[in-house]
Amino acid sequence: MKRNPHLPLAAFICVAAVTPVLTSLFHANFFLTQLTMSAYYALAALGLCLLLGYAGQISLGQAGFFAIGAYTSAVLCRAGLDPRLAFLCAVLASALVAVLIGMPVLRLKGHYLAMATLGFGVVIEKIARGVPFLGGADGIANVPAFEIAGSLQIVGGKAHRLSNYLIAFAILSAALALMINLLSSRSGRALRSLHGSEEAASAMGVNTARSKLAAFVIAAVAAAVAGSLMTHFNGSIGPGEAATIKSIRYLSIVAVGGLSNFIGTVVVGIVLNFLSLRGVFGVYDDAVFGAILVAVMVLAPNGFRLSLPFARAKGVPS
Amino acid sequence: MSHEILAQYLFSGLIYGSIYAVIALGFNIVYNATGIINFAQGEFVMLGGLVTHSLSAVLPLPAAILAAIAITALTGGLLEFFFIRNIGRLIKGMGGKGDVMHLTIMTIGLSILLRELALKIWGEQVKTVRFFTGTESSSLSVAGAHFSPQLLWIMGATALVFAILSAFFRFSLSGRAMRACSASRVGSRICGIRAEAMVTLSFVLSAAIGAAAGAVTAPLTQTHYAIGTALSIKGFTVAVFGGLGNSGAAVAAGFILGIIESFSIIVFPEAFKDVVSIVILLSVLLARPSGLFGSREAGRLKEA
Repeated sequence: MKRNPHLPLAAFICVAAVTPVLTSLFHANFFLTQLTMSAYYALAALGLCLLLGYAGQISLGQAGFFAIGAYTSAVLCRAGLDPRLAFLCAVLASALVAVLIGMPVLRLKGHYLAMATLGFGVVIEKIARGVPFLGGADGIANVPAFEIAGSLQIVGGKAHRLSNYLIAFAILSAALALMINLLSSRSGRALRSLHGSEEAASAMGVNTARSKLAAFVIAAVAAAVAGSLMTHFNGSIGPGEAATIKSIRYLSIVAVGGLSNFIGTVVVGIVLNFLSLRGVFGVYDDAVFGAILVAVMVLAPNGFRLSLPFARAKGVPS
Repeated sequence: MSHEILAQYLFSGLIYGSIYAVIALGFNIVYNATGIINFAQGEFVMLGGLVTHSLSAVLPLPAAILAAIAITALTGGLLEFFFIRNIGRLIKGMGGKGDVMHLTIMTIGLSILLRELALKIWGEQVKTVRFFTGTESSSLSVAGAHFSPQLLWIMGATALVFAILSAFFRFSLSGRAMRACSASRVGSRICGIRAEAMVTLSFVLSAAIGAAAGAVTAPLTQTHYAIGTALSIKGFTVAVFGGLGNSGAAVAAGFILGIIESFSIIVFPEAFKDVVSIVILLSVLLARPSGLFGSREAGRLKEA
């Protein structure tokens, strides 16, 4: 039986819309700040989900693309460029780098991409830490607000907490809808066919290298959007966001979410990042994500399927 | 630029080159046995150095090194036994195509756990191991260029590791069984070889040689809980550079990369040393994915 893939999306939007009501009832509006950040992290994980779950390629450079988006926005805005233009540049820069790395590597087997993107992530972190122009270990602070329209802007601070929560979740929901629709399009079907058998897909006339590259670039763009917007929300960016462990976090989130399960990835991404930002994991913050990755691979190599009826947004029967 | 300084760069290139070469050998051993890239390879080097550091406080240095190699080898074997073998069976049961992907993800998770464990045990400080002969100020000189005697230990250890491995794979029964497994898993099983045991052995071996490299180089390069990732990337670069699975070429490629990297300081700032390796990795993948020394044919067969 084919489930309507938009049903879980609708459920997600409802839950996201009800949450602020609940937080204000329980006088816990400060949760919204962490939820907003979690939503941006989840957006980066969503991009990786397309690449890992559907194109079957491991990327360990998602945090690198997040950082490219974040730093491009921060540098250009501090130089006086309009944040909207800076955002565009951030996304384009990230996409360009993804094409440059993806072209040589995606023709090869999966582990080449894993190692090449791991290397890419390390390079981005080194550059972020080592170049004085990017603020070194301190990063860049005082990034101006991103004005969307009138007083609606992406910026931190108590007065903007609710509006920013809504903006972040609106963007995340839109991205989710785009991903789900992409999967049922012609290029989405081509991408899904890669997962079954690359040889068969290729025999059916799918340009496998181009499909994989497209997924890689989309993943990079999602991370850059998340990075750029979160930088405006926080008002700053530091090299910690480019660290390898961050890329591995995205990977664990996608793995727990069910590898090829957009809704699962987004829900898990929000929950885990929220817990991490609240400091629940304490000093074991990084270890938790490593342990999660190992646990998922041991217990459920294809990822945990959330068994709630609305939580499955899989375009392909499993 | 004086030739003394050039010689210093050359020596530093040889030190790092030998670490990369040994890590690449480790990658090759595991890759030949399983087809997986073990992302925890660099962590074995880290463990070797740090365990030696701790044990050398209570044991004489040679005993500390041997114990560190044994402990790391045991760790490698246990990780394979509990995690890789277990998950491998699960995946085989499902007939999944993405098994290499799953196992690779598994090793990524394991590498993070090893790293975090090391952080808990040894903290964030840089650790070192005392020099095997002399102190940090003692030096030998050849043609006016000075180098630490530790360099000779490193080169000697690398040569020894390579010689032992070659002999092991050529002459010993287990070594030949491992080669048979990498040629054909099914065929070797028909001949009565326990393929699972060979996979465990491949992890034990690669962990042991990684630990040896970590212990021997720690006096000069120092060691730290987080050195594993960069070492894994470079070891992999070298393994690909030499043609994945080709051990002799990996050693040559290791020294080439180490030397290129250390001479790159002349042109680029030191912070960009890693960037140089990764650019090399990407260029090799673009131009000759089968490696510099591998035949195109062989590369294609392996990766198809």
